[in-house]
Parts: sequence; structure tokens; C-alpha cells
Amino acid sequence: MTTGLLLERVTLRHGDGEDETVALDDVSLHVEPGEIVAVVGPSGAGKSSLLAVAGGLTVPDAGRVVVDGVDLAGPERVRARIRRTRIGYVFQSNNLLPALTAVDQVRLPLTFGRIENPRDPVELLAEVGMEHKSGRRPHQLSGGERQRVGVARALVTRPGVLLVDEPTSALDRRRSHEVLALLAQETHEHHMATVVVTHDHDVLRHCDRVFEMIDGRLTEERPAMA
Amino acid sequence: MFLTLRELAFARGRFALMGAVVALIAVLMVLLSGLSVGLVNDGVSGLQKLPVTSLAFERGVPTDSAFSRSVVDSAAVARWAERDGVTDAAPLGNTLVNAKSDRGTEIDLALFGVQPGSFVDPDPAQGARLGSAPHEIVVSATAIDAGLRLGDTVTLDRIGTELTVVGVLDGQHTFGHVDVGYVPLRTWQEIRAGAGPGDPVPAHAYDEITAVALRTAPGTDLAAGDEAAGTASMTLEESFGASPGYTAETATLGMIQVFLYAISALVVGAFFTVLVIQRKPEIAVLRAMGAATGYVLRDSLLQSAVLLVVSTVVGVAAGVAAGAGLSATPMPFALDLGAVGVAALLLVALGMVGAAVAVLRVTRVDPLTALGGNR
Repeated sequence: MTTGLLLERVTLRHGDGEDETVALDDVSLHVEPGEIVAVVGPSGAGKSSLLAVAGGLTVPDAGRVVVDGVDLAGPERVRARIRRTRIGYVFQSNNLLPALTAVDQVRLPLTFGRIENPRDPVELLAEVGMEHKSGRRPHQLSGGERQRVGVARALVTRPGVLLVDEPTSALDRRRSHEVLALLAQETHEHHMATVVVTHDHDVLRHCDRVFEMIDGRLTEERPAMA
Repeated sequence: MFLTLRELAFARGRFALMGAVVALIAVLMVLLSGLSVGLVNDGVSGLQKLPVTSLAFERGVPTDSAFSRSVVDSAAVARWAERDGVTDAAPLGNTLVNAKSDRGTEIDLALFGVQPGSFVDPDPAQGARLGSAPHEIVVSATAIDAGLRLGDTVTLDRIGTELTVVGVLDGQHTFGHVDVGYVPLRTWQEIRAGAGPGDPVPAHAYDEITAVALRTAPGTDLAAGDEAAGTASMTLEESFGASPGYTAETATLGMIQVFLYAISALVVGAFFTVLVIQRKPEIAVLRAMGAATGYVLRDSLLQSAVLLVVSTVVGVAAGVAAGAGLSATPMPFALDLGAVGVAALLLVALGMVGAAVAVLRVTRVDPLTALGGNR
């Protein structure tokens, strides 16, 4: 069984006929459990499409995606279950729900359905350094604090795969490093396969490998900067 | 429930505003229901309290004006009385008159002419039943509210017939928004003929009645009775439509109520459409994290249900309180808890239909949008 995240010769197209664009062009990627990889590239290169396909939000036109040993080919109902139980998403800032306090944001994924052996939301919040603000709502938190809560929310179901979308886009340099360090630490300690899509080259030193995406192709692989 | 209650508490201002609109609709609904019941009572409570199952009118008379136009030969009473299944048959007269009491109270009356001692001769709560004296009248309690008193002499306009109030019935007995007064059939026939004191009375006047009041066993063949007596019978409920203005009033109020329900469904639907559009980014995040469509639908519908039930209860309570005040005024208003309950359930149910149509949009929210920009 393939563990971690495997994308095998994945192609994703948008539009029809002359308007057709290739968002992912024969992309292959294997991220091992306990490994954190970064995908960098210019806007429109296909980074979001990569996350969408890896997270089962979109079905590719060709190729296959395997998450923690489970093939993502299947109807939305099945993919939603896999997202709920095996995949953690960290979205860009402001994707917390305004009505929920920090601790309720972390509890939220556990209300979607039965989760085997979840992590304790209160302990998890403490682990990301947010226990003192567990009763605050998103508008009462700074950008870095919101991102930490978002990380805790993604981890509470003990996902096998963690997909992170521009985690530092709204953060200053110091907080960017804090968030990436936290992601790297959680990845290594809890043996997740983590993919971080980012524009921020400054944080790449926290990643084990770095991929560059241009025009839908993972064209270049280079070791992370020390 | 986890998300529902927290969102309701967090956006309480927004939900309170929506709830206030629903509550106001509920108040209006209670007031309309009260007005509707009040108008029905005002129009036909005198008929509702008759101990009859059917009324046999003149054959061929228009249904919507049977009480004012029907003239039945009193011999029809005997023909009806001998029919199988007919427990009681008695003559009934009906005429609207204007009158004035000896203490200066001007009053309109619906005179019901009955044979004293017959099954339609009422038993008053105060005073005495109609007796052998010709010029007696037993009136509705609402006539007492209007200023009549037991023992008063009431003089009819134009013909000058004087009637003494000998009895008062319990509760409201009205017909066509006018207080009912029961008089002996013979007196009623003279009044209907326009004969005042000392005036000659045409001989045929004593042979004419408005209808035959019937009390029949279930399953009695009324058509055969009509054939034998030369009448056209209606059940008591059907005869309400023959009361002046009854059909037009109930149809108008019914239409207003139907529009109110439709408006409430549209208003609630519009609220939730806006709410779902505003929440699209959140819903996309929920679905991207793996929340099933059913979870998101349940959350939205539960919000609608809580909002509708709470605001309807508040609105009904406010409406009932306002209605209690209106009941004390001359306005025809009466609260029927059954009718209010049905109306409240309809408001919630139709509001849920409106909300359901709106929240079905959540199934079209693409979880992909949670990822934001196009890279």
C-alpha cells in the first residue's frame, strides 16, 4: 500500500476547444509520511489545481491520486469522506468561521461525522500556542494567531495528508517562520505527508524538498535551502 | 446543531431582524385570524347556535340570498315532520329591522320568528322564554352590550310594533352583523307583512315562513323531503352562505390570509437566499474540509426552523395580547386558539418551504472556491 500522498501522471484541463488550458500537465509527485514539501511558482502556474486534485476537490482528467493508501477516484460523497478522515487543509487567512471561537474552530471537523482517535482540541490548541486565546473569535485574533488556529483545525482529525495553501501570505517574516516551523514539527512528529503551496521563498528552509511549478508542470526539483 | 446554535448566537442582530419580520407577520396572521373568526361569529353565530341540522328554503331561491328572499308555505312544516329520519321540524322566520328602545337605544335586530315551545324556541340565560303574549322578544347578550335591558320596550321603525324584552340569551347570537331577537312566529309574520298595531294583516301572511328548521337523523334523504315539501334544503353549514355578506367576507379574508402565507414563505426564502449567498465562502470551507452536503443542509434548515419557531411563538404571543385588547372593542374580533394554532403551523411550514428552496443553493457551492485565488 502506498502511504503518504501519491500523484501519478495527473493531467487536469480547464475549458473546451480553443479556450482549453492545461492546469496540470502529466504531474507526478510522491510525498512520504513525515515529509514536508513546498511547491513554488508564479500565479496561474497550477499550484491551486495541484492542491485541489491532491485533496479530492477536483477529479483529474487523467492519472490517479492516492491519499494514505486510498484512491481518490470516486463520487463526491466518497471523496468528502476521505477529505474528512484522511486529509487536513490549511487555507489562506480569513478562512476561519466568524461565528466560532478558536477552540470551536478546532472542534468543528469532529462534528462532521465519526472520526477514529481524534486529537483533543484543547490540547491541540495549547500545542500551537493558542490555549490562552481559545475563547476568542477570528476578528479578535492577529493574522498569525488565525493561521495557528487553522493549523490546529487541520490536525484535529489526525490526517495522513496535510495540504497547506499560502500559509504566510498575510504574515510578517517572523510569524511566517513560526507557522512553517510549526507545520514542519507537526509533520515530522505525526508522520503526515505535507504539501505547502507558497510564494514565499523565505520559508523554504523548513521544507524537506522544494518543487517548482510552471505552466502546469512540476519542472524542477531542488533541495530545500539550509 | 453545533454550528447552528453558535451562528445564531453570533449573528443575533441579523437573525433578530429577520425574526422580527417573521414575528410581525405572525402578529398580522393572529389579528387576521381573529378578525376572520370575529366576522364569522358576527355573521352567522345566530345560525350556529340554532339546534338544527338543515334548513329547507323556497325551491329555486338564490342560495346567497335565501334568508332574505325565501318564502315557504307553512304547510311544508307538516310535510317535513312526517318524513322518515326527521326528528323535529318547525317554522322559522327571518327579517332584519331597525328599532329603538324606550330608553333611547337605537339598535338593528335580526328577528327570528319561532313557534313558542318548538325545538328552535331558545331557552334564555336570564328572564323568561317566549310565552303566549304576542309582543315579546328574547335577545342576544350582545344586544344587552349595545344598551338594551331586560324589561325594555323596543319599538320597530316605520310600523311602530312594540316588543318587550323578556329574556336574554347566553353569549353572542348575531346574524349578518346584527343582534338576533327571537319573537313569536305570529308576531314575526305581522312584522314581515308590514302591519303595525291596529293595521289589517293579509290572511296569507300567517301562512308564510322563511324556512323549515329541521333536525334530522344522519343519512336522512333530504332530497326526497324537498320533493315532497316543495322546498330546497341546505345543511346548517351551507346555509351560512345565505347569510348577508358572509361568502364575500370569508372569501376576502381567506384570500388575504393566503397572500400572507405566500408573502411569509417568500420573505423567509429571500432572507435565507441572501444568507446563503453571504455564507458561500464559509460553506465552501466546510465542504472542502469534508462536511457532507447533508450536514450543511441540516445546519441551514435548523437555523430556519429555530428562527421561524421562536419568532412565530413571539409573534403569536404578541398577537394574542393585542387581540385581547381588540376583543373589548366593537370590532368583530374573536380568538380561536385552534385557528391560531393551525395558522402558526402553516406559517412555520410555509416558511420552511421558502427556506428549503433557498438553502438548496448550498449544494451548488463548489468546495474548490475555499482555495481562493487562481494560481
